[in-house]
Amino acid sequence: MTTETLIWLLPLPPLLAFGLIVLFTNRWKALSHSIAVGAAFLSWLGSMVVFFRAIGIEHFGSEGHVFEASIPWLSLGEGVFKIGVLIDPLSAVTLFFVAWTVLMIFIYSVGYHNFGQPKGDHDHAGLPPHGTTVSDKHGHTHKIPSIEPMYARFFAFIGLFAFGMYTLVVSDNLLTLFVGWEIMGLCSYLLIGFWFAKPSARDAAVKAFMTTRVGDVFMLLGVAYLYSLTGTLNFREIFFNEHTLEVLATTPALGGFMGLSAAGLIGLLLFIGAIGKSAQWPLHTWLPDAMEGPTPVSAMIHAATMVSAGVYMVIRMFPLLSAGWVEGGALTPAMTAMAIIGSITALFAATIAVAQNDVKRVLAYSTISQLGFMIAALGIGAYVAAAFHLVMHAFFKALLFLGSGSIIHGMEHGVLHTGDHIDPQNMLNMGGLRKKMPVTFVTFLLGGLALSGFPFVTAGFWSKDEILADAFANNHLVVFGVLALAALLTAFYTARQITLTFLGEPRTKEAEHAHESKWTMTLPLVILAVFAVAAGWVGTPVKNLFHDFVGGTLLEHPKALPFSEAIIPMVFSILIALSGLFLGWLVYRNVKAGQPDPLEKPLGGVYTFLKNKWYFDQIYDFLFVRPAAWIGEVFTSKWMDLGLIDGILHTVARVAVSIGPILRNYFDKPVVNGFGDFVGEGTKALGKRWRVLQPGRVQLYMLAALVFAVGALFYFIFR
Amino acid sequence: MDFVLDHLLTFILFTPALVGAVLLFLPKEEKVLLRWVALVGSLIPFALSLVLWFQYKGGRAFDEHYLWYEAIGSSYHLQVDGLSLTMVLLTTLLTPLALLASFSITDRVKAYMILFLFLETGMLGVFLAWDLLLFFVFWEIGLVPMYFLINQWGSEKGEREIWGGRKIPARTYASFKFMIYTMAGSLGLLLAIQMIGVAAHTFDFGALFQYWPKMTTLDSVGPLRLSIPTVKIIAFWAFAIAFALKVPVWPFHTWLPDAHTEAPTAGSMILAGVLLKLGAYGFLRLVLPLFPAEAQKYAGALAFLAVMAIIFGAFAAFGQTDFKRLVAYSSVNHMGFVVLGIAAAAYVGGTGENATIALNGAVLQMFNHGLSAAGMFFLVGVIYERAHTRDLNAFGGLFPLVPIYGGILLFTSMGSLGLPGLSGFISEFLVVRGAWPIFTVYTALAMIGLLFTGAYVLKGVKKVLHGPANEHWEEHGLAEINFREIVVIAPLMALMLWIGVWPAWILNVINTTMRALFQ
Repeated sequence: MTTETLIWLLPLPPLLAFGLIVLFTNRWKALSHSIAVGAAFLSWLGSMVVFFRAIGIEHFGSEGHVFEASIPWLSLGEGVFKIGVLIDPLSAVTLFFVAWTVLMIFIYSVGYHNFGQPKGDHDHAGLPPHGTTVSDKHGHTHKIPSIEPMYARFFAFIGLFAFGMYTLVVSDNLLTLFVGWEIMGLCSYLLIGFWFAKPSARDAAVKAFMTTRVGDVFMLLGVAYLYSLTGTLNFREIFFNEHTLEVLATTPALGGFMGLSAAGLIGLLLFIGAIGKSAQWPLHTWLPDAMEGPTPVSAMIHAATMVSAGVYMVIRMFPLLSAGWVEGGALTPAMTAMAIIGSITALFAATIAVAQNDVKRVLAYSTISQLGFMIAALGIGAYVAAAFHLVMHAFFKALLFLGSGSIIHGMEHGVLHTGDHIDPQNMLNMGGLRKKMPVTFVTFLLGGLALSGFPFVTAGFWSKDEILADAFANNHLVVFGVLALAALLTAFYTARQITLTFLGEPRTKEAEHAHESKWTMTLPLVILAVFAVAAGWVGTPVKNLFHDFVGGTLLEHPKALPFSEAIIPMVFSILIALSGLFLGWLVYRNVKAGQPDPLEKPLGGVYTFLKNKWYFDQIYDFLFVRPAAWIGEVFTSKWMDLGLIDGILHTVARVAVSIGPILRNYFDKPVVNGFGDFVGEGTKALGKRWRVLQPGRVQLYMLAALVFAVGALFYFIFR
Repeated sequence: MDFVLDHLLTFILFTPALVGAVLLFLPKEEKVLLRWVALVGSLIPFALSLVLWFQYKGGRAFDEHYLWYEAIGSSYHLQVDGLSLTMVLLTTLLTPLALLASFSITDRVKAYMILFLFLETGMLGVFLAWDLLLFFVFWEIGLVPMYFLINQWGSEKGEREIWGGRKIPARTYASFKFMIYTMAGSLGLLLAIQMIGVAAHTFDFGALFQYWPKMTTLDSVGPLRLSIPTVKIIAFWAFAIAFALKVPVWPFHTWLPDAHTEAPTAGSMILAGVLLKLGAYGFLRLVLPLFPAEAQKYAGALAFLAVMAIIFGAFAAFGQTDFKRLVAYSSVNHMGFVVLGIAAAAYVGGTGENATIALNGAVLQMFNHGLSAAGMFFLVGVIYERAHTRDLNAFGGLFPLVPIYGGILLFTSMGSLGLPGLSGFISEFLVVRGAWPIFTVYTALAMIGLLFTGAYVLKGVKKVLHGPANEHWEEHGLAEINFREIVVIAPLMALMLWIGVWPAWILNVINTTMRALFQ
């Protein structure tokens, strides 16, 4: 099979799995998950073949050295719009991490949804399983986990999700990328709201869809604008054409909008799309709520697919975003926006993560923050560093989410055992899990160290260091400072999380009774942990293989930072990571059961502010959500349509209706009827009077004739 | 067989009426027979339009021309191009589905089916006519059956307060409003058609397209001694208003939620699916080619109204608590994109890449909205038949009770929302792409509407399917969607997916026509 054919086929297995499960096999759980995992495996296999063929090609990415193929899709006006597939260095590495993480998440889901366990006692479709009671041979009853009631449906949905991401990655144009983008939007909606009977999950799903849609409609405009200017949406036709880019960079935007160039405006519009999808400030609020979904979904959204898609798209569009920019020169407006938004997000989300107690929410804010790193990196032109961090982050964040799912599972065991209703996700209820869940502990620790950038051995260190180094070397000192502070906080909250969860002694009975998850859950953890550590070694400043490869995506290969310039920021990176980790451990190592967060008191109001996520949800609710509902329910429906427009109509109708009686009373009755009556009645009266002349008696007629005859006689005689 | 092929359009046009006439002679107690005869009868024009579709090779074709009203220069002239062909296909597809959906009607089945079939002939006539007078005749024919369908078979519950505390049954109100609105448009339309007929001595589209826009002098001034610009401007406004009422263009839209909500399920399907398209078709077929200069002059205003429809249609839909009304308002929102595309094309005189793309989008959006709106109304009908309420607050948590219905509702909702991969996205994207360089600000503002499209669609899904288990319906039981109903919705879903993935088959037909629309 040619590589191009293989690439066309990559997205299809998960889509077929979706179709098969929804239409045919949804009653059979084992069959359904076999189809889904099998499909993920096929796509993984294909992706690996494509990836290794790609890295085997010299100068991969330069003209003629990519895998691409396209077919005509529709004819528009005089032209034809083509769609096709493209694998260049950027999509090759993206494909690599997507394939791995997706496959791991699929396998993990089997265990996470308690495959092999009996049905629950009172389980209800739309709610998480509540467990079932079994009795052993001694007559003791135990509560054990029960299987997810909508088991097959889950695999169908994540199949569609994977299809969306594969479509997005292999697309050679912005339109099919957008198709994959939106299909993922739908899947995130379906999966965040997977337990739709929980009002919180239902609302979180709607919130996720709507918030990302804010970005999407801007992006749609950007796509339309780009298409109308260039007549194509194919990446390489635009980016490998210096003339096109120059025209875009020098044409003023429509209507001279804010003095931007066309490229600037398109870039900003597309970037807003990424803000929504990658949960950047100020459209970040949906991502933490997305934790309502099952944990594999969180991993899917946070690592393998959804949020990575946003960053992937802006990396993909970088030549356009940076059109007119020369390395070392002034940033374009779109880049400036990215640098600002990215830095703000990186720091802002990290501050919130410090004050969260939910094990998954910490990770959610950490994702937002890390995505901010990538966006900021791209904003200062560190193209390869952004891509590098995207890939590394996907591995260790998938690991951390799946790990947190394992922790929660272990805690739920404890909850089922004791029967108390404590929150199994609250880290203050945990502690000492390292002994109960050793595999989860070791892998989570590795993931956490990668996230905090533990020097030299972890992937996260190299990728984050590259961003900091680029910022430092190119004199973007503000960005450097903000990101360095964010990195410090990252290490701090990671240490806090690991310390509260795994170290010390169990703070609750539930934590004492937690136990390790099944192999279907731990195996993906182990595999991802390998990547979380080792994947970064391809991108060290000494020999940056990653840079050499991915840099080939661009028309002009970006220069890698020389080792000598990378030393000072690297020292910073090391210091930041180590001190953050140490501080986190120091503060949280002795938290006792029932004790509040040690920082709650010293930080006071600041802590409450952070814990409430800077009150963004409340502000948005006040500024946007409620006014929108008011405009819909009251202003448009009641006032405008029923009140004003129908009011005018009714007034017209009422006038018409009341003109009727007026016409009747003042014209019809007196004039028309009056005239008719007059004619009729007058004739009648006349007739009545004249009736005496026609009584019907012959004598009278004879008499009249006689009188007339006599009269006539007289007349003629005496004339 | 050759005879049929030579008179394909006439056969498509009159088979429904003929079947309706046959129904007249069947006993009214035989409900099953009546239903099946009507359904099978309506499948004939569908089959014939498939033949038409595959025989069509571009341009204007299948010409049929006979003398009709010689004294005033009107003739029985039928013809199709890519635009009318698409609409004919939509009509003949939706009618059998609507009839199948009407199998649950038990009241006066005979009269219902006959009216429905006459309605189909009326709608088809509008799309097939190539003569102004013929066009008008069918335009009016379509109106009457719909009035009775709403008035007699509409929802029985509900009252509408008019003024001074007076209340009248909602279906009476709705049918009357529908009738009056359309009549108001028809009045001007008739007048304008007569003026054109007097001035141009012909009602034939072909001749009019050629001479009317370039006509500078009148050879018969008529009794009022009007000048040609005056005649043109009067005729333009009469046409524009008649079609705007039908689309409906904001702010003439308030008959729509009433009529759609009160009509029987199949009536709503046809109303939203086809009748609204008559207005947009009128703009494309008559206003743009006959009055290019006037249309260009007022295109900005039309675009403004389109954007108002898009935005406020979405907001109004979002504000409803009646499921059917929510879907009804979604039509205002979606048809706004059709009008925006038309306005954009009109503004640049219909020439150039942008105009062609905008027109392609508008026509495809007409077709797609026919699919998704009919599907949504049908699904509302399905749940209404079981629950006897459309109040969104009475539902919630129904997904576990009716999983198949839930899945279908989700799919169709996403089609309505314009999810990429389904048909609505293609047409909306094309409209946005075409309109953006022409009406940049309006297009940008339309995005507010597009955003809230998501909001109301998700509100519908959320209020019906999601949420805590619904004890009321768990107790009473809610029957799953049955086989007949799945047969109704399946073709619509299949088409939505097909056009979303591979739009070339339909868009190529539209595209060739749109490139030549102004010639």
